[in-house]
Amino acid sequence: MSDLLDFWGEWLPSLLDGLAISVKVTGACLLLGLPFGLLLALGMQSKGAALRLLALAVIETGRGAPVLIMLQFTYFGLPTAGISLSSFGAATLALAWNTGAYTSEIIRAGLEAVPQGQREAAAAIGLTGWDSLRYVILPQGLRVSVPALLGFAIATLQTTSLCFSIALPELVSRAYIVGSNTFQYMPILLLTALLYAAICLPATVVVSALERHLGRHAA
Amino acid sequence: MIGAFFTTIAQGIPWTIALTVSAFATGALLGLPLCMMLMSPARPLRWLARLLVLTLRSVPPIVWLFFIFFGIGSGLLEISPFQAAWIGLGLITAANMAEIYRGAFAAIHPGQREAAIALGLPGRYRFMDVVAPQLLRIALPSCGTYAIGLLKDTAISSTIGVNEIAFEAYHLSQRTFHSLDVFAVAGLLYVLISLPMAWIAHWADRSMRRRLAR
Repeated sequence: MSDLLDFWGEWLPSLLDGLAISVKVTGACLLLGLPFGLLLALGMQSKGAALRLLALAVIETGRGAPVLIMLQFTYFGLPTAGISLSSFGAATLALAWNTGAYTSEIIRAGLEAVPQGQREAAAAIGLTGWDSLRYVILPQGLRVSVPALLGFAIATLQTTSLCFSIALPELVSRAYIVGSNTFQYMPILLLTALLYAAICLPATVVVSALERHLGRHAA
Repeated sequence: MIGAFFTTIAQGIPWTIALTVSAFATGALLGLPLCMMLMSPARPLRWLARLLVLTLRSVPPIVWLFFIFFGIGSGLLEISPFQAAWIGLGLITAANMAEIYRGAFAAIHPGQREAAIALGLPGRYRFMDVVAPQLLRIALPSCGTYAIGLLKDTAISSTIGVNEIAFEAYHLSQRTFHSLDVFAVAGLLYVLISLPMAWIAHWADRSMRRRLAR
Protein backbone atom coordinates (compact mmCIF):
# COMPACT_ATOMS: atom_id res chain seq x y z
CA MET A 1 0.00 0.00 0.00
CA SER A 2 2.76 2.47 0.90
CA ASP A 3 4.51 1.49 -2.37
CA LEU A 4 1.40 2.56 -4.21
CA LEU A 5 1.19 5.86 -2.33
CA ASP A 6 4.89 6.56 -2.99
CA PHE A 7 4.35 5.85 -6.67
CA TRP A 8 1.32 8.13 -6.76
CA GLY A 9 3.19 10.83 -4.85
CA GLU A 10 6.00 10.69 -7.37
CA TRP A 11 3.79 11.17 -10.43
CA LEU A 12 0.90 13.22 -9.05
CA PRO A 13 2.51 16.62 -9.87
CA SER A 14 2.93 15.60 -13.52
CA LEU A 15 -0.66 14.36 -13.71
CA LEU A 16 -1.95 17.56 -12.09
CA ASP A 17 -0.10 19.58 -14.75
CA GLY A 18 -1.89 17.42 -17.30
CA LEU A 19 -5.23 17.98 -15.59
CA ALA A 20 -4.60 21.75 -15.74
CA ILE A 21 -4.22 21.45 -19.52
CA SER A 22 -7.40 19.36 -19.73
CA VAL A 23 -9.27 22.07 -17.82
CA LYS A 24 -7.76 24.80 -20.02
CA VAL A 25 -8.88 23.05 -23.21
CA THR A 26 -12.33 22.56 -21.69
CA GLY A 27 -12.54 26.26 -20.82
CA ALA A 28 -11.29 27.40 -24.22
CA CYS A 29 -13.69 25.21 -26.18
CA LEU A 30 -16.67 26.21 -24.01
CA LEU A 31 -15.73 29.89 -24.38
CA LEU A 32 -15.77 29.52 -28.16
CA GLY A 33 -18.38 26.79 -28.44
CA LEU A 34 -21.21 28.21 -26.33
CA PRO A 35 -21.61 31.49 -28.28
CA PHE A 36 -21.24 29.40 -31.44
CA GLY A 37 -24.03 27.13 -30.21
CA LEU A 38 -26.23 30.17 -29.57
CA LEU A 39 -25.52 31.47 -33.08
CA LEU A 40 -26.38 28.06 -34.55
CA ALA A 41 -29.59 27.89 -32.51
CA LEU A 42 -30.61 31.36 -33.76
CA GLY A 43 -29.59 30.33 -37.29
CA MET A 44 -31.93 27.33 -37.09
CA GLN A 45 -34.78 29.67 -36.15
CA SER A 46 -34.03 32.21 -38.88
CA LYS A 47 -36.43 32.76 -41.76
CA GLY A 48 -33.74 32.52 -44.45
CA ALA A 49 -33.60 29.00 -45.88
CA ALA A 50 -29.91 29.28 -46.81
CA LEU A 51 -28.94 30.29 -43.29
CA ARG A 52 -31.02 27.46 -41.82
CA LEU A 53 -29.42 24.96 -44.17
CA LEU A 54 -25.92 26.17 -43.30
CA ALA A 55 -26.62 25.91 -39.55
CA LEU A 56 -28.11 22.46 -40.06
CA ALA A 57 -25.03 21.28 -41.97
CA VAL A 58 -22.66 22.54 -39.26
CA ILE A 59 -24.77 20.95 -36.51
CA GLU A 60 -25.20 17.60 -38.24
CA THR A 61 -21.50 17.21 -39.07
CA GLY A 62 -20.57 18.29 -35.54
CA ARG A 63 -22.92 15.75 -34.00
CA GLY A 64 -22.57 13.01 -36.59
CA ALA A 65 -18.82 12.48 -36.66
CA PRO A 66 -16.99 11.02 -33.64
CA VAL A 67 -14.96 13.59 -31.67
CA LEU A 68 -11.84 11.49 -32.18
CA ILE A 69 -12.19 11.81 -35.96
CA MET A 70 -12.85 15.56 -35.67
CA LEU A 71 -9.70 16.00 -33.57
CA GLN A 72 -7.60 14.07 -36.06
CA PHE A 73 -9.24 15.96 -38.93
CA THR A 74 -8.20 19.33 -37.48
CA TYR A 75 -4.76 18.22 -36.27
CA PHE A 76 -3.59 15.91 -39.09
CA GLY A 77 -5.94 17.01 -41.85
CA LEU A 78 -5.98 20.81 -41.86
CA PRO A 79 -2.16 21.10 -42.30
CA THR A 80 -2.49 19.31 -45.66
CA ALA A 81 -4.80 22.18 -46.65
CA GLY A 82 -2.21 24.71 -45.49
CA ILE A 83 -3.68 25.47 -42.05
CA SER A 84 -1.28 24.32 -39.34
CA LEU A 85 -2.49 24.41 -35.77
CA SER A 86 -0.79 23.49 -32.51
CA SER A 87 -2.31 20.49 -30.76
CA PHE A 88 -3.96 22.91 -28.31
CA GLY A 89 -5.39 24.98 -31.16
CA ALA A 90 -6.59 21.91 -33.05
CA ALA A 91 -8.16 20.48 -29.89
CA THR A 92 -9.92 23.78 -29.14
CA LEU A 93 -11.21 24.12 -32.69
CA ALA A 94 -12.52 20.54 -32.96
CA LEU A 95 -14.09 20.55 -29.50
CA ALA A 96 -15.62 24.02 -30.01
CA TRP A 97 -17.27 22.71 -33.19
CA ASN A 98 -18.57 19.71 -31.28
CA THR A 99 -19.70 21.94 -28.38
CA GLY A 100 -21.47 24.35 -30.71
CA ALA A 101 -23.32 21.53 -32.46
CA TYR A 102 -24.53 19.89 -29.26
CA THR A 103 -25.29 23.02 -27.25
CA SER A 104 -27.24 24.55 -30.14
CA GLU A 105 -29.84 21.80 -29.62
CA ILE A 106 -29.91 22.43 -25.86
CA ILE A 107 -30.24 26.19 -26.36
CA ARG A 108 -32.89 25.76 -29.06
CA ALA A 109 -34.97 23.62 -26.71
CA GLY A 110 -34.66 26.37 -24.08
CA LEU A 111 -35.69 29.10 -26.53
CA GLU A 112 -38.66 27.06 -27.69
CA ALA A 113 -39.78 26.70 -24.08
CA VAL A 114 -40.40 30.46 -23.93
CA PRO A 115 -44.15 30.99 -24.52
CA GLN A 116 -45.10 32.59 -27.84
CA GLY A 117 -46.97 35.31 -25.94
CA GLN A 118 -43.65 36.68 -24.70
CA ARG A 119 -42.57 37.41 -28.27
CA GLU A 120 -45.91 38.92 -29.10
CA ALA A 121 -45.84 41.08 -25.97
CA ALA A 122 -42.30 42.24 -26.80
CA ALA A 123 -43.43 43.17 -30.31
CA ALA A 124 -46.53 44.88 -28.92
CA ILE A 125 -44.55 47.20 -26.67
CA GLY A 126 -42.41 48.10 -29.66
CA LEU A 127 -39.15 46.30 -28.96
CA THR A 128 -36.99 45.69 -32.03
CA GLY A 129 -36.18 42.07 -32.92
CA TRP A 130 -32.71 42.31 -31.39
CA ASP A 131 -33.96 43.93 -28.17
CA SER A 132 -36.78 41.44 -27.72
CA LEU A 133 -34.19 38.68 -28.10
CA ARG A 134 -31.76 40.32 -25.70
CA TYR A 135 -34.15 41.43 -22.97
CA VAL A 136 -37.08 39.02 -23.22
CA ILE A 137 -36.36 35.72 -24.96
CA LEU A 138 -32.75 34.89 -24.08
CA PRO A 139 -32.94 35.57 -20.32
CA GLN A 140 -35.88 33.18 -20.03
CA GLY A 141 -34.75 30.58 -22.57
CA LEU A 142 -31.16 30.30 -21.37
CA ARG A 143 -32.30 29.81 -17.78
CA VAL A 144 -34.13 26.65 -18.88
CA SER A 145 -30.97 25.43 -20.64
CA VAL A 146 -28.58 25.93 -17.72
CA PRO A 147 -28.69 22.45 -16.12
CA ALA A 148 -28.26 20.69 -19.47
CA LEU A 149 -25.42 23.05 -20.42
CA LEU A 150 -23.65 22.37 -17.12
CA GLY A 151 -24.05 18.64 -17.72
CA PHE A 152 -22.53 19.12 -21.15
CA ALA A 153 -19.60 21.05 -19.65
CA ILE A 154 -18.83 18.10 -17.37
CA ALA A 155 -19.00 15.73 -20.32
CA THR A 156 -16.64 18.04 -22.23
CA LEU A 157 -13.94 17.73 -19.58
CA GLN A 158 -14.15 13.97 -20.11
CA THR A 159 -14.11 14.39 -23.87
CA THR A 160 -10.79 16.28 -23.69
CA SER A 161 -9.24 12.90 -22.77
CA LEU A 162 -9.42 12.10 -26.50
CA CYS A 163 -6.80 14.80 -27.15
CA PHE A 164 -4.41 12.00 -26.21
CA SER A 165 -4.65 10.98 -29.87
CA ILE A 166 -3.26 14.32 -31.10
CA ALA A 167 -0.34 14.44 -28.65
CA LEU A 168 -1.70 17.18 -26.39
CA PRO A 169 0.07 16.64 -23.02
CA GLU A 170 -3.16 16.47 -21.02
CA LEU A 171 -4.05 14.06 -18.23
CA VAL A 172 -4.44 10.83 -20.20
CA SER A 173 -1.35 11.47 -22.37
CA ARG A 174 0.77 11.91 -19.25
CA ALA A 175 -0.64 8.83 -17.59
CA TYR A 176 0.04 6.82 -20.73
CA ILE A 177 3.65 8.03 -20.89
CA VAL A 178 4.23 7.18 -17.23
CA GLY A 179 2.61 3.79 -17.81
CA SER A 180 4.75 2.92 -20.80
CA ASN A 181 7.96 4.08 -19.06
CA THR A 182 7.40 2.29 -15.76
CA PHE A 183 5.10 -0.56 -16.92
CA GLN A 184 2.98 0.34 -13.89
CA TYR A 185 -0.16 0.90 -15.97
CA MET A 186 -2.67 -0.17 -13.35
CA PRO A 187 -1.67 2.24 -10.55
CA ILE A 188 -1.18 5.28 -12.78
CA LEU A 189 -4.47 4.72 -14.63
CA LEU A 190 -6.20 4.24 -11.29
CA LEU A 191 -4.89 7.62 -10.16
CA THR A 192 -6.00 9.15 -13.47
CA ALA A 193 -9.49 7.72 -13.04
CA LEU A 194 -9.61 9.06 -9.48
CA LEU A 195 -8.65 12.55 -10.66
CA TYR A 196 -11.42 12.60 -13.28
CA ALA A 197 -13.91 11.16 -10.80
CA ALA A 198 -12.88 13.69 -8.14
CA ILE A 199 -14.09 16.46 -10.44
CA CYS A 200 -16.88 14.89 -12.44
CA LEU A 201 -18.60 12.85 -9.73
CA PRO A 202 -19.40 15.72 -7.30
CA ALA A 203 -20.14 18.01 -10.26
CA THR A 204 -22.68 15.50 -11.62
CA VAL A 205 -24.36 15.23 -8.21
CA VAL A 206 -24.57 19.02 -7.90
CA VAL A 207 -25.96 19.47 -11.42
CA SER A 208 -28.65 16.82 -10.97
CA ALA A 209 -29.61 18.40 -7.63
CA LEU A 210 -29.86 21.77 -9.39
CA GLU A 211 -31.96 20.18 -12.12
CA ARG A 212 -34.37 18.74 -9.53
CA HIS A 213 -34.46 22.08 -7.72
CA LEU A 214 -35.29 24.05 -10.89
CA GLY A 215 -37.77 21.43 -12.09
CA ARG A 216 -39.70 21.18 -8.85
CA HIS A 217 -42.48 23.46 -10.05
CA ALA A 218 -42.84 21.68 -13.37
CA ALA A 219 -45.17 18.73 -13.97
CA MET B 1 -8.59 8.45 -55.02
CA ILE B 2 -11.43 9.14 -52.61
CA GLY B 3 -12.95 5.86 -53.78
CA ALA B 4 -9.76 3.98 -52.87
CA PHE B 5 -9.75 5.65 -49.45
CA PHE B 6 -13.36 4.67 -49.03
CA THR B 7 -12.76 0.96 -49.70
CA THR B 8 -9.73 0.85 -47.39
CA ILE B 9 -11.46 2.57 -44.48
CA ALA B 10 -14.62 0.54 -45.08
CA GLN B 11 -12.68 -2.57 -44.04
CA GLY B 12 -13.16 -1.30 -40.49
CA ILE B 13 -16.97 -1.23 -40.74
CA PRO B 14 -17.57 -4.85 -39.59
CA TRP B 15 -15.48 -4.26 -36.45
CA THR B 16 -17.21 -0.97 -35.69
CA ILE B 17 -20.62 -2.60 -36.03
CA ALA B 18 -19.60 -5.74 -34.10
CA LEU B 19 -18.29 -3.62 -31.23
CA THR B 20 -21.36 -1.36 -31.19
CA VAL B 21 -23.78 -4.30 -31.20
CA SER B 22 -21.96 -6.40 -28.59
CA ALA B 23 -21.35 -3.48 -26.22
CA PHE B 24 -24.96 -2.32 -26.57
CA ALA B 25 -26.38 -5.83 -26.00
CA THR B 26 -24.16 -6.31 -22.94
CA GLY B 27 -25.10 -2.91 -21.54
CA ALA B 28 -28.81 -3.33 -22.22
CA LEU B 29 -28.77 -6.65 -20.32
CA LEU B 30 -26.53 -5.60 -17.40
CA GLY B 31 -28.46 -2.33 -17.13
CA LEU B 32 -31.59 -4.20 -15.96
CA PRO B 33 -30.22 -5.61 -12.66
CA LEU B 34 -28.37 -2.34 -12.12
CA CYS B 35 -31.65 -0.43 -12.54
CA MET B 36 -33.35 -2.82 -10.09
CA MET B 37 -30.57 -2.05 -7.61
CA LEU B 38 -31.00 1.70 -8.17
CA MET B 39 -34.67 1.38 -7.23
CA SER B 40 -34.18 -1.19 -4.48
CA PRO B 41 -35.81 -0.48 -1.10
CA ALA B 42 -32.57 -1.54 0.62
CA ARG B 43 -30.52 1.60 1.15
CA PRO B 44 -26.98 0.06 1.00
CA LEU B 45 -27.83 -1.67 -2.28
CA ARG B 46 -29.23 1.55 -3.70
CA TRP B 47 -26.15 3.53 -2.70
CA LEU B 48 -23.80 0.91 -4.08
CA ALA B 49 -25.62 1.05 -7.42
CA ARG B 50 -25.62 4.85 -7.38
CA LEU B 51 -21.85 4.91 -6.74
CA LEU B 52 -21.26 2.34 -9.47
CA VAL B 53 -23.27 4.29 -12.04
CA LEU B 54 -21.67 7.61 -11.09
CA THR B 55 -18.15 6.17 -11.21
CA LEU B 56 -18.70 4.50 -14.57
CA ARG B 57 -20.00 7.79 -15.97
CA SER B 58 -17.47 10.10 -14.32
CA VAL B 59 -14.35 8.52 -15.81
CA PRO B 60 -13.78 9.02 -19.57
CA PRO B 61 -14.21 5.89 -21.75
CA ILE B 62 -10.60 6.07 -22.95
CA VAL B 63 -9.38 5.72 -19.33
CA TRP B 64 -11.61 2.66 -18.84
CA LEU B 65 -10.30 1.08 -22.03
CA PHE B 66 -6.68 1.76 -21.09
CA PHE B 67 -7.31 0.48 -17.58
CA ILE B 68 -8.77 -2.78 -18.87
CA PHE B 69 -6.36 -3.29 -21.77
CA PHE B 70 -3.05 -2.07 -20.31
CA GLY B 71 -3.83 -2.32 -16.59
CA ILE B 72 -5.63 -5.64 -16.28
CA GLY B 73 -4.55 -7.04 -19.65
CA SER B 74 -0.80 -6.58 -19.22
CA GLY B 75 -0.36 -8.64 -16.08
CA LEU B 76 -3.38 -10.51 -14.83
CA LEU B 77 -5.20 -11.78 -17.90
CA GLU B 78 -4.77 -12.12 -21.63
CA ILE B 79 -7.25 -9.67 -23.14
CA SER B 80 -7.48 -8.84 -26.84
CA PRO B 81 -8.11 -5.20 -27.82
CA PHE B 82 -11.61 -6.09 -28.99
CA GLN B 83 -12.46 -7.85 -25.73
CA ALA B 84 -11.12 -4.92 -23.71
CA ALA B 85 -13.18 -2.43 -25.72
CA TRP B 86 -16.24 -4.69 -25.46
CA ILE B 87 -15.97 -4.98 -21.68
CA GLY B 88 -15.23 -1.28 -21.16
CA LEU B 89 -17.92 0.12 -23.45
CA GLY B 90 -20.36 -2.58 -22.27
CA LEU B 91 -19.96 -1.52 -18.63
CA ILE B 92 -20.32 2.19 -19.43
CA THR B 93 -23.42 1.39 -21.50
CA ALA B 94 -24.86 -0.61 -18.59
CA ALA B 95 -24.58 2.44 -16.32
CA ASN B 96 -26.27 4.68 -18.88
CA MET B 97 -28.97 2.15 -19.72
CA ALA B 98 -29.76 1.71 -16.01
CA GLU B 99 -30.44 5.46 -15.85
CA ILE B 100 -32.58 5.31 -19.00
CA TYR B 101 -34.61 2.38 -17.60
CA ARG B 102 -35.05 4.18 -14.31
CA GLY B 103 -36.34 7.28 -16.06
CA ALA B 104 -38.78 5.10 -18.02
CA PHE B 105 -39.98 3.36 -14.85
CA ALA B 106 -40.64 6.73 -13.27
CA ALA B 107 -42.67 7.77 -16.32
CA ILE B 108 -45.09 4.83 -16.01
CA HIS B 109 -48.17 5.97 -14.14
CA PRO B 110 -48.33 4.33 -10.68
CA GLY B 111 -52.00 3.61 -11.38
CA GLN B 112 -50.92 0.99 -13.92
CA ARG B 113 -49.18 -1.04 -11.23
CA GLU B 114 -52.00 -0.52 -8.76
CA ALA B 115 -54.59 -1.61 -11.33
CA ALA B 116 -52.57 -4.75 -12.07
CA ILE B 117 -52.42 -5.54 -8.35
CA ALA B 118 -56.14 -4.81 -7.99
CA LEU B 119 -56.86 -7.24 -10.83
CA GLY B 120 -54.94 -9.88 -8.89
CA LEU B 121 -52.25 -10.42 -11.54
CA PRO B 122 -49.30 -12.36 -10.17
CA GLY B 123 -45.97 -10.44 -10.01
CA ARG B 124 -44.54 -12.10 -13.12
CA TYR B 125 -47.46 -11.05 -15.35
CA ARG B 126 -47.62 -7.68 -13.70
CA PHE B 127 -44.12 -7.04 -15.00
CA MET B 128 -44.24 -8.86 -18.34
CA ASP B 129 -47.73 -7.80 -19.48
CA VAL B 130 -48.26 -4.44 -17.85
CA VAL B 131 -44.96 -2.75 -16.98
CA ALA B 132 -42.48 -4.14 -19.55
CA PRO B 133 -44.37 -3.14 -22.75
CA GLN B 134 -44.75 0.43 -21.51
CA LEU B 135 -41.16 0.50 -20.29
CA LEU B 136 -39.88 -0.57 -23.70
CA ARG B 137 -41.94 2.05 -25.49
CA ILE B 138 -40.88 4.90 -23.22
CA ALA B 139 -37.20 3.91 -23.17
CA LEU B 140 -36.89 3.26 -26.91
CA PRO B 141 -36.14 6.80 -28.19
CA SER B 142 -33.44 7.29 -25.53
CA CYS B 143 -32.01 3.86 -26.34
CA GLY B 144 -31.79 4.79 -30.01
CA THR B 145 -30.03 8.06 -29.24
CA TYR B 146 -27.65 6.28 -26.91
CA ALA B 147 -26.86 3.57 -29.47
CA ILE B 148 -25.86 6.21 -32.01
CA GLY B 149 -23.65 7.87 -29.39
CA LEU B 150 -22.12 4.48 -28.66
CA LEU B 151 -21.38 3.95 -32.35
CA LYS B 152 -19.31 7.13 -32.29
CA ASP B 153 -17.65 6.14 -29.01
CA THR B 154 -16.38 2.91 -30.56
CA ALA B 155 -13.89 5.13 -32.44
CA ILE B 156 -12.04 5.36 -29.11
CA SER B 157 -11.19 1.67 -29.35
CA SER B 158 -8.77 2.54 -32.17
CA THR B 159 -6.42 3.87 -29.47
CA ILE B 160 -5.94 0.36 -28.08
CA GLY B 161 -5.67 -1.19 -31.55
CA VAL B 162 -9.11 -2.50 -32.54
CA ASN B 163 -8.95 -2.25 -36.32
CA GLU B 164 -12.27 -0.48 -36.83
CA ILE B 165 -13.00 2.63 -38.94
CA ALA B 166 -10.98 5.19 -36.95
CA PHE B 167 -8.00 2.80 -36.79
CA GLU B 168 -8.02 2.18 -40.55
CA ALA B 169 -8.39 5.92 -41.17
CA TYR B 170 -5.47 6.81 -38.92
CA HIS B 171 -3.13 4.29 -40.55
CA LEU B 172 -4.24 5.24 -44.04
CA SER B 173 -3.56 8.90 -43.27
CA GLN B 174 -0.09 8.02 -42.00
CA ARG B 175 0.65 6.09 -45.20
CA THR B 176 -0.76 8.54 -47.75
CA PHE B 177 -0.52 11.96 -46.03
CA HIS B 178 -3.96 12.82 -47.45
CA SER B 179 -5.27 13.29 -43.94
CA LEU B 180 -7.96 15.84 -44.79
CA ASP B 181 -9.75 13.55 -47.25
CA VAL B 182 -9.16 10.41 -45.20
CA PHE B 183 -10.69 11.75 -42.00
CA ALA B 184 -13.53 13.42 -43.88
CA VAL B 185 -14.37 10.04 -45.44
CA ALA B 186 -14.14 8.34 -42.02
CA GLY B 187 -16.47 10.92 -40.47
CA LEU B 188 -18.89 10.48 -43.36
CA LEU B 189 -18.89 6.69 -42.83
CA TYR B 190 -20.00 7.13 -39.23
CA VAL B 191 -22.80 9.45 -40.34
CA LEU B 192 -23.85 6.91 -43.00
CA ILE B 193 -24.02 4.10 -40.44
CA SER B 194 -25.91 6.23 -37.92
CA LEU B 195 -28.62 7.19 -40.45
CA PRO B 196 -30.24 3.72 -40.72
CA MET B 197 -29.94 3.37 -36.93
CA ALA B 198 -31.91 6.57 -36.50
CA TRP B 199 -34.50 5.40 -39.03
CA ILE B 200 -34.95 2.06 -37.28
CA ALA B 201 -35.38 3.74 -33.89
CA HIS B 202 -37.84 6.23 -35.36
CA TRP B 203 -39.79 3.53 -37.20
CA ALA B 204 -39.98 1.26 -34.14
CA ASP B 205 -41.12 4.18 -32.01
CA ARG B 206 -43.84 5.12 -34.50
CA SER B 207 -45.13 1.61 -34.97
CA MET B 208 -45.33 1.08 -31.20
CA ARG B 209 -47.19 4.35 -30.78
CA ARG B 210 -49.64 3.36 -33.52
CA ARG B 211 -50.45 0.14 -31.72
CA LEU B 212 -51.00 2.12 -28.55
CA ALA B 213 -53.39 4.54 -30.22
CA ARG B 214 -55.69 1.78 -31.48
